[in-house]
Amino acid sequence: MIANRSDLSVLKPFRFSAGEPFRLRTLHGVALVLALIVVVGIGEAQAQAGGRPGIVATILKWTPLLAQGFALNIAMSFMAMAIGTIAGVPLGLALISLLPPVRAGSWLVTQIFRNAPWLVLLFYCMLLLPFEFRIGNTIIPLPGWLKSTFGLALPVMANTAELVRGAVRSIPFGQWEAAESLAMTRRQTMWMVILPQCVKRMLPPWMNLYAILTVATPLTSVVGVSEAMTLTGDILSSEARTELLVPMYLYLLLWFFIYCYPIARATLALEKRFAVK
Amino acid sequence: MPWTPDQPLVSIKDVHKTFGNVEVLKGITMDVMKREVVCIIGPSGSGKSTLLRCVNALVPIEKGSILVEGQEVNDPKLDKLALRRKVGMVFQQYNLFPHKTALENVMMAPVHVLKRDRKEVEAQARALIAKVRLTGKEGSYPGELSGGQQQRIAIARSLAMNPDVMLFDEVTAALDPETVKGVLVTIRELAEDGMTCMIVTHEMGFAREVANQIYFTDGGVLVEHGPPKEFFANPKDARTKQFLDQIL
Repeated sequence: MIANRSDLSVLKPFRFSAGEPFRLRTLHGVALVLALIVVVGIGEAQAQAGGRPGIVATILKWTPLLAQGFALNIAMSFMAMAIGTIAGVPLGLALISLLPPVRAGSWLVTQIFRNAPWLVLLFYCMLLLPFEFRIGNTIIPLPGWLKSTFGLALPVMANTAELVRGAVRSIPFGQWEAAESLAMTRRQTMWMVILPQCVKRMLPPWMNLYAILTVATPLTSVVGVSEAMTLTGDILSSEARTELLVPMYLYLLLWFFIYCYPIARATLALEKRFAVK
Repeated sequence: MPWTPDQPLVSIKDVHKTFGNVEVLKGITMDVMKREVVCIIGPSGSGKSTLLRCVNALVPIEKGSILVEGQEVNDPKLDKLALRRKVGMVFQQYNLFPHKTALENVMMAPVHVLKRDRKEVEAQARALIAKVRLTGKEGSYPGELSGGQQQRIAIARSLAMNPDVMLFDEVTAALDPETVKGVLVTIRELAEDGMTCMIVTHEMGFAREVANQIYFTDGGVLVEHGPPKEFFANPKDARTKQFLDQIL
């Protein structure tokens, strides 16, 4: 029984918390592996008692298929990150434009896509984008996974824009004054003085955003993309064995952990290095 | 009427500046001739730094006139970039670009703003770095230099634009005492070479030694001015006396 529907974290917009952000730690991995060992053990006992094939054997049998699905998750995360960043940087620059209409417009766009729940954006993209479009005589199909990638790219774009704006604002005012007094234009100041310094500041939170995006890719299973989460469900329904349920989902979780953990460590290491200066 | 070198290079007349509802400059008037070195002293918050920022249009003024080589700064149609090519400025916090080496810091503006030939600029930049006695530090990043060294690179960076007048805004105030001297020596050499300088400083000994004129400001007004000998020996105004008593 869910007390309040808005408590579902999936329905909530993603935000960078002001305090210490959630970080994957070694401890999380250890707990995950231990849990997996325990449930596989229990499952093996149940399988033996029922005279069915072992849990480990079944998991290994399906691993190649799962890997295919996981590859799609990674591909979607890469593409969504690339699209979101390419669109987000100009949007972030528009947020600090000197022209009030540009600033207001980009602010609105950023707020909408930053605060809308990811799942809602996914549904919008799934339902509003056509399944193919035509340029001249060539028909370019838009498969579901590509449409959901666009859906995931939208919040990435808005969050990247915020990162750019925040990073530019964090550069000391003296840098602007120094560049101005050397007769540099605003554009020159931005591209040669301010933005190069922002890259370093933006990298750790940007990597954090990527890790969050990666674990958000299974959301696309809700709109029917054949990624790892969907495939796990398919495998379970074809096996139709209850003792397989928990081990299989934990196994999938382990995949995500193994992929995201190094990113979390690298983010932490970068943050430490930049903090020392 | 075109500007000629016998007229003041910087001519400040009745300049007013207000931040919010605080009037920081309440009618300042001063002239700086070519090759002249002017030191502006006075208590903190008396508007000295703001005055310098008005000269290169970093801060717009509300009333009055500032002429730099005959060009009016208090003019909405002012070409700020053209003005700033003539006016170099050095800041209290150096404000070097931390992602660029010392040499790149010095070269950036001449190459990208003046569109000068890179090789020629590099030769000039190396000469300027030698002039501020930092040969060998060309490849260092600002973070690897001491405060005094950074400030000297900042001076070289301004000089690379070949300005007609240099503004120094409390350039030694943030430095460790042992590095102050190197920076002051650099500025004095610059003054001896005939560079027109407007210097805001708290270093009285230095001001006495290097300045042609000392201006004392307090509460946004110019209290008195004169050649250093006279100024320090017989201050006329009570506020000047009190200020000098406190710090000398």
